[in-house]
Amino acid sequence: MKPDVSSSGPPLVELQGISKRYGDLLANDGIDLAIEPGEIHALLGENGAGKSTLVKILYGVIEPSAGKIRWEGRPVSIGSPVEARNLGLGMVFQHFSLFDELTVAENIAVALSDDWSLSTVRSKLGEISHTYGLALDADRAVWTLSAGERQRIEIVRCLLQNPRLLILDEPTSVLTPQEAEHLFATLDRLSAEGCSILYISHKLEEVRRLCRRATILRAGRVVATIDPRAKSAREIAALMVGNEVGEVRSDALHQVQGEMLKVSHLSIPPAGLHGQALRDIDLVARAGEVVGIAGVAGNGQSELFAALSGERLADRPDAIVIAGKPSGTFGIDARRRLGAAFVPEERLGHAAAPSHRLSENTLISHAAAEVSRSGFILVDAAKRLARSIVQSFDVRTPEGDPQARKLSGGNLQKFVIGREIIRKPKLIVVDQPTWGVDAGAARLIRQALVDLARAGSAVVVVSQDLDELFEVADRMAVIHQGRLSPLRPVGQWTREAIGLEMLGVAQAQGDAHAL
Amino acid sequence: MRFELTPRASVSPVMRALAPVAAFITAFLIAGFVIWLMGRSPIAAFDVYVLQPLSDPWALQELLVKATPLALIAIGLSYCFRANLWNIGAEGQYVIGAVLGSWLALKTHGTEAGSWVLPLMLLLGIIGGALYGLIPAFLKTRFGVNEILTSLMLVYVAQLILDYLVRGPWRDPKGFNFPQSVTFDPSATLHPILEGGRVHYGAVFAIIAVLLTAVILGRTLFGYRLKLTGDAPRAARFAGFSSRSTTMAVFAISGGLAGLAGISEVSGQIGQLQPSISPGYGFTAITVAFLGRLNPIGILIAALVVALTFIGGESAQIMLKLPLDLTQAFQGILLLCVLAADALVSYRIRFVTRGGGK
Repeated sequence: MKPDVSSSGPPLVELQGISKRYGDLLANDGIDLAIEPGEIHALLGENGAGKSTLVKILYGVIEPSAGKIRWEGRPVSIGSPVEARNLGLGMVFQHFSLFDELTVAENIAVALSDDWSLSTVRSKLGEISHTYGLALDADRAVWTLSAGERQRIEIVRCLLQNPRLLILDEPTSVLTPQEAEHLFATLDRLSAEGCSILYISHKLEEVRRLCRRATILRAGRVVATIDPRAKSAREIAALMVGNEVGEVRSDALHQVQGEMLKVSHLSIPPAGLHGQALRDIDLVARAGEVVGIAGVAGNGQSELFAALSGERLADRPDAIVIAGKPSGTFGIDARRRLGAAFVPEERLGHAAAPSHRLSENTLISHAAAEVSRSGFILVDAAKRLARSIVQSFDVRTPEGDPQARKLSGGNLQKFVIGREIIRKPKLIVVDQPTWGVDAGAARLIRQALVDLARAGSAVVVVSQDLDELFEVADRMAVIHQGRLSPLRPVGQWTREAIGLEMLGVAQAQGDAHAL
Repeated sequence: MRFELTPRASVSPVMRALAPVAAFITAFLIAGFVIWLMGRSPIAAFDVYVLQPLSDPWALQELLVKATPLALIAIGLSYCFRANLWNIGAEGQYVIGAVLGSWLALKTHGTEAGSWVLPLMLLLGIIGGALYGLIPAFLKTRFGVNEILTSLMLVYVAQLILDYLVRGPWRDPKGFNFPQSVTFDPSATLHPILEGGRVHYGAVFAIIAVLLTAVILGRTLFGYRLKLTGDAPRAARFAGFSSRSTTMAVFAISGGLAGLAGISEVSGQIGQLQPSISPGYGFTAITVAFLGRLNPIGILIAALVVALTFIGGESAQIMLKLPLDLTQAFQGILLLCVLAADALVSYRIRFVTRGGGK
């Protein structure tokens, strides 16, 4: 049981009027936030709402322009993460900072101060693993571990320093439903012992499962502090986005026509030491439908994307047939000319060049099309194209033709997806369409993908977000260790069945190692 | 205590424009200090290095003569550097271009060969430099060999080839055993633009290269391809640009322009082959390319500025007995200052004191 959020005594940490200005942008605008001892407090907000800025201020990574922080009622200034840790703050970042080649114990030891020897780390690790049910083998190399296990290392690393406040940034984005449930149990337990938790997420169901208080940020300001259990997910989303969030509409009756993508017996060896091989993959996507591919990160999704896009070639043409044409050995450009379009997972650096303007970024996938003629760039046409993408897909830009990196994650994602959809592709393959994207943008993107399918294109969505797949997909398969399960209509899948596939059915039945 | 660079939220265009000026002033102050340490007057050195060459018509011509190969080579290098490929071997490509072009001049020496000789020599110069530049490109794309090492090492190979030729098979039999070739015929000589002047048509080639490059880099898909390859290699692959053909293309272009610079210098300036045909233009051009921020017009200006240090260095050697090494040191200081100034425009230095109240 959680202790009651009582008004006796000062809060563990209290932020008062925190503001952070970057040039013209006010990333945090007079934010007040108080976290009681033992409380699990959610921080909700769209991308670009100021969540990460606020957390970085609290963790001493950046300095606030104005405002005060009180720790147990006493004013403090947190100048660096070291100071934050000394105060009793621990942080689990969304992206892990682990050395693949080192063991679990070594990874923990390097992050701690010098007075921790490897053997103390090892014995403490056993203790903590046992107390909190965070099973970890101290001598396993990190590269052999699943994302869930890697996250446990990060958590244990924080717990070793006896934190009073643990900050978790989107912790379930890499977990299976079972692993997530396990994490929640650990957090409940920590909270019962009096450790406060600041839980950053955009997954409303989780927040309602875990937290009694949630602070909602929008455009750098606190718009509400609520009890998430007393509100529906729709109401909370509306507070975050600032207007009513609709659900993705999809006509129940639609026609499915010819095969736009047919993958048969596709096997590709791993690219690097820790890469994932693709094993004997079969997949069909027909015009008019959305095919969803679920799976935990690192099970071959990016390899599958590279094979479908032509960034990696198959060894025989008929392994991948696009619009009736065997194209397994075609490069990405030739596949685009067959009417295929691709949106990779990484927005910055893969889908778009960060330092290039949006108009230049249209050249990346439209090079052969209307924005160039006999090798010359049609600058005006590129600008017009960028403008029409920006308008059609509600991309909010700070200026007319900004550099890609000036856009928030959600807006850039709308841009790179819009850039492909505007070409009216016969087939589109999208890897993690709404990863790290705010609720409003995610809805727009999902709707656009569904609409594209209904207009007669084949859409393949690779995603770790099961809610998303249930929302948009007509048929679904699960990828695990480079193998793809059979495609089944969404109605025939349950979350449990997917969870078992994600862990590998055989493992879940016999091997107790995974959890 | 340590200090770290944190990105500035917004980069002011005024600061970006003023950064090279600030870099020059800083470089002059540092060089002045070094000269003062050596017991000479920094003011007199500044006069000899900068003011005198700029006020003397002969020196001004010499400035253009020296800036020509620097600009040609640096323009070529800018193609490589934009794509994040490191051709450090322009000096070798310059030498091989000069050697292959000179081969025709020596072959036709003393014959009635007409006006076709010179254009063909220039073409051979370009081809020679390009082929020599393609060696590191091929090794990189085929075997993954680091292009910095191979292109640099091939410089010494090229210099030894030249050395062998002028001491051996290509030595002028009537040259009193000096290691040099015969003097080229007029039909194999690149003439001065003005009668009696020193500035030859290589300067025109440099201007053409600058203008063409400005169009290619700014307006063509090929130019965008280089920029994308340099700024976001994964996005370039995603765009369908093969990194292999990009590598081959930029090394061929930069090698070709270095080769053109080499043959222009030999047929327009020196008039014969000799063991040393370059005071290190191929290396200095790297500085020039970065001083000019890989921008064609910027490179043209930078070539003139660096040429000034060559000329100033020569007169400083004569008039102030300052060693020629000081010129190279100054070029190095200048490059460091420019790179530092550019970094400080985009980042600010933050001192971090080791915190922790334990």
